[in-house]
Amino acid sequence: MTQESVISTEVRQWVGRESEPVTLEVERGAIRKFAEAIGDSNPLFNDEAAARRTRYGGMIAPPTFLRSVPLPKLPLPEMPNLRRILDGGSDWEYFQPVWPDDRITAVTRLENVRERRSRLGPMLFTTLKTTYTNQFGQVAATQTSTLIFY
Amino acid sequence: MGKQVYYEDVDVGSEVSSLVKHPTTQQLVKYAGASGDYYQIHYDKDYALSNDLPGVIVHGALKNAFLGQLLTDWIGEEGTLRHLSVQYRSMDVPGDTLTCKGRVTGKEEKDGEHLVHCDIWLENGKGEKTTPGTATVALPSRCRAS
Repeated sequence: MTQESVISTEVRQWVGRESEPVTLEVERGAIRKFAEAIGDSNPLFNDEAAARRTRYGGMIAPPTFLRSVPLPKLPLPEMPNLRRILDGGSDWEYFQPVWPDDRITAVTRLENVRERRSRLGPMLFTTLKTTYTNQFGQVAATQTSTLIFY
Repeated sequence: MGKQVYYEDVDVGSEVSSLVKHPTTQQLVKYAGASGDYYQIHYDKDYALSNDLPGVIVHGALKNAFLGQLLTDWIGEEGTLRHLSVQYRSMDVPGDTLTCKGRVTGKEEKDGEHLVHCDIWLENGKGEKTTPGTATVALPSRCRAS
């Protein structure tokens, strides 16, 4: 392990903290617009009449639609020396479909932090887990993402 | 919608039907609007260059969406996506041809579901795997256990 900077010591104290909840009202039009933006013409995500004949009984959202839930203020301290961000990846688990008119509440928790040296200077790898809960209190999905600050 | 794939139709080594995407700068702007991700490295070339990038780059989350579509196209309306994991190892740029691919790595019956595990990845126009990942889907079975 390389020597760690003051930053990661401070960030480490934030591990386990959670963001304030953020809520998104899922609109049918927003699902269609998202599907169009990603270039996915699957009738399940676009065509209410066709989707009604499926076991879902109507349109549902594509798997990564939950990215359109506004990002909460992340449970991280100010890091003035690490202003650039890279998205390292996402790990999704799906439990319930997301339907039009759902009210999805997202909470993001800082799971882990580690620091690496690179040619661009110190890089801080943070693991953040967002839990998406619908209006019935069911967890629809979780997304564990890696955000890299450098 | 295409022909439904069943649990019995796939084996370890079976390929997931591939999906070809041609992201453009216009698509990145549409994705920014639809997802609310307005980080400038995805549409402002000057900003991207000043951040030591080769130019605007494709949102990782858009590549994640492409790999999600790879799976939802393949499993059809009777299949269910359970797990989707992707890692953005290299950047991709608009104008390139991105091909999403997958291969079955395992099958199991668990809690009444017929699960299929896959390796998935996205290749750039040079055939380099920029975005590897894994997925688990539940497929319908031809022999209903219940």
